[in-house]
Amino acid sequence: MRDVGSVGLDGVALKRALERSGRRRRMWSFLVVLPPLIFLLVAFVYPMGKVFTRGFYDSTVSEIIPETTALLSSWDVGEGLPSEEVYATLLRELVAAKKERTLGLLGTRLNFELSAALGVVKSTARRGAKMEAPYKESMIGLSERWGSLDIWVALKRVSENVSMKHFLASVDLEYDREGSIVLVPEEERVYVKILLRTLWMSLVVSFFTLLLGFPVAHLMATVKRKHANLLLILVLLPFWTSLLVRTTSWIVLLQRNGVVNDLLVWTGLLSDDQRLSMMFNMEGTLVAMVQILLPFAILPMYSVMRTIPPSYMKAARSLGASYGYAFLRVYVPCTIPGLAAGVLLVFILSTGYYITPALLGGDEGMMISNFIAFHMKKTLNWGFAAALACVVLLGVMVLYWLYDRLVGIEKLKLG
Amino acid sequence: MASGSYRTLSERMWGWIFLLFCGGVFLFLVMPLLVIVPLSFNAQPYFTFTSEMLRFDSEAFSFRWYEQFWLSDKWRSSLVNSFFIATVTAICASILGVLAALGLSRPEMPYRRLINAILISPLIVPIVVSAAGLFFFFAPLGLIGTFPGVIIAHTVLTLPFVVITVTATLVGFDKSLIRAGLMCGASPLRVFFQVTLPLILPGVLSGALFAFVISFDEVVVVLFVASVEQQTVPRQMWAGLREELSPIILAVATVLIGVSVVLLLMLEMLRRRSDRLRGVEET
Repeated sequence: MRDVGSVGLDGVALKRALERSGRRRRMWSFLVVLPPLIFLLVAFVYPMGKVFTRGFYDSTVSEIIPETTALLSSWDVGEGLPSEEVYATLLRELVAAKKERTLGLLGTRLNFELSAALGVVKSTARRGAKMEAPYKESMIGLSERWGSLDIWVALKRVSENVSMKHFLASVDLEYDREGSIVLVPEEERVYVKILLRTLWMSLVVSFFTLLLGFPVAHLMATVKRKHANLLLILVLLPFWTSLLVRTTSWIVLLQRNGVVNDLLVWTGLLSDDQRLSMMFNMEGTLVAMVQILLPFAILPMYSVMRTIPPSYMKAARSLGASYGYAFLRVYVPCTIPGLAAGVLLVFILSTGYYITPALLGGDEGMMISNFIAFHMKKTLNWGFAAALACVVLLGVMVLYWLYDRLVGIEKLKLG
Repeated sequence: MASGSYRTLSERMWGWIFLLFCGGVFLFLVMPLLVIVPLSFNAQPYFTFTSEMLRFDSEAFSFRWYEQFWLSDKWRSSLVNSFFIATVTAICASILGVLAALGLSRPEMPYRRLINAILISPLIVPIVVSAAGLFFFFAPLGLIGTFPGVIIAHTVLTLPFVVITVTATLVGFDKSLIRAGLMCGASPLRVFFQVTLPLILPGVLSGALFAFVISFDEVVVVLFVASVEQQTVPRQMWAGLREELSPIILAVATVLIGVSVVLLLMLEMLRRRSDRLRGVEET
């Protein structure tokens, strides 16, 4: 600020002073944002990066059996069974791993590649100390599996730190013995189907929220402010109620002895043994998801429709357009920004749905998130769960970018 | 929708169909919530209306599930945990969220678009993906199964909501008030606490309420990063819905709906107050 006093006739000093003060203000703004930004970078962006690296990087096995890993990296399946040296090294390291209590980590990873391999490894490690050379024969004598190439291919594969196998598996591909990429056996092709189903369900949910939400938003935007506020509360109430509570209420409504079935039986539309099964399938999940996500579609549409002057419609009418024509050609185009915002937001949110499909979906209503949770919590195949999560994350990031380009994130409003 | 006598018969008929349709949608939105409330007073352990209830027999209704909820140690301790986690989360998220919103609302903010995108991203990323990432992040740090872990995770998830709410109240904020304060000789810090904060307080409180509700309802991250020690109400409900389906859940759900209604009314009051403070006209 000192320079301001000494403004020269040329104005250069003033310009510099302004620049400096501008820079200082930019720095201040940045400093204010820094704490939340750092917090999110550390506690959110970094963990998302971890999901990504987990998908292709895992050094657990190579740390447990480092020497075997080194030997196997130069071994190729074409050479047939590995040499006596590899057998001896593996046995020594398995015994050591048993002492260190890391054998289980190795075994479970091996099991994801080759079923029942965990048992073979455990029994070998247990008797390893008493075994005698030549180890190759003794190990094959203990379990025939050591004489097959499959277990060695599996070992080589899990001992590689960097591998694309999880990403391949998330689109139903795998490495065959020779290391070329092939489709998994037909009965195991699940994940492409699940990804497509997730997309399909999100599309259906977006379509129906639009179909139901558009008229409601239009009504709210055109009635008196007092009534609109009341209607807004009706929209916001479900929006504010716990997701779990809303899913619970759908269970109460849709189950076999639930309210809807009771009503149908009571009115005589169905006999008691004809009760519909509306839960644990895709349709039930979709109905509940539409209800739960409807406010996310209504709110952005409403906020755009509110700003459309009624005179537009009146002008179109006075020029001779019919109500329907004026509505379609004048009103609807004005609502496009809100419409896009609502539909895109609903689509993004529904691709990641977990709670509702988990409780209402049964087998055919499961979405990709349910499989991620399944592998995180049940099979403990975290690498694969991470790869699936990455696929979803990439998809959502593309949509998020699209949302930002089309709508602008700063326009996102809640109530 | 102004009804004018100039409208033709078919237009009027369309109008009625339109209203009927909207009524149906509103029913669809609100009905599922309303169904739960009377059912939670069911004297029988069923999830549906008994014939006695439909005849309004006074014996068909009871408070027994509410009693059981209150008397169960399991539920009560999870209620305490939920309140604790949600309160601390709301405080942390509000402080960080207000800073973010203040910075982002300054016109000279560099990289605004990118920073905004990062701050909002937890809202967009699927909850299971976030939960998995937080699990991988927390595991080596020993934060799995601890209160700080759950609170950090919930602060991440609720931050976007606070940022959005506070940013909305800052729109149309009269910056000359800050300049006036500064010109009167107050320090920037004093201006913040005596001028800015009182004006944006309603927005901040709404943001905090938002954070509280979301943390209070959150179950997926709790399932991934918490242990039995951090049992919360939603987690207890989740277990109940998947295993032993007990009508206590309906009682809990009704209480939660009640809480939402109260919070919603508080928010509406705060919004009106904020509009008045900022001089926004009710149109």
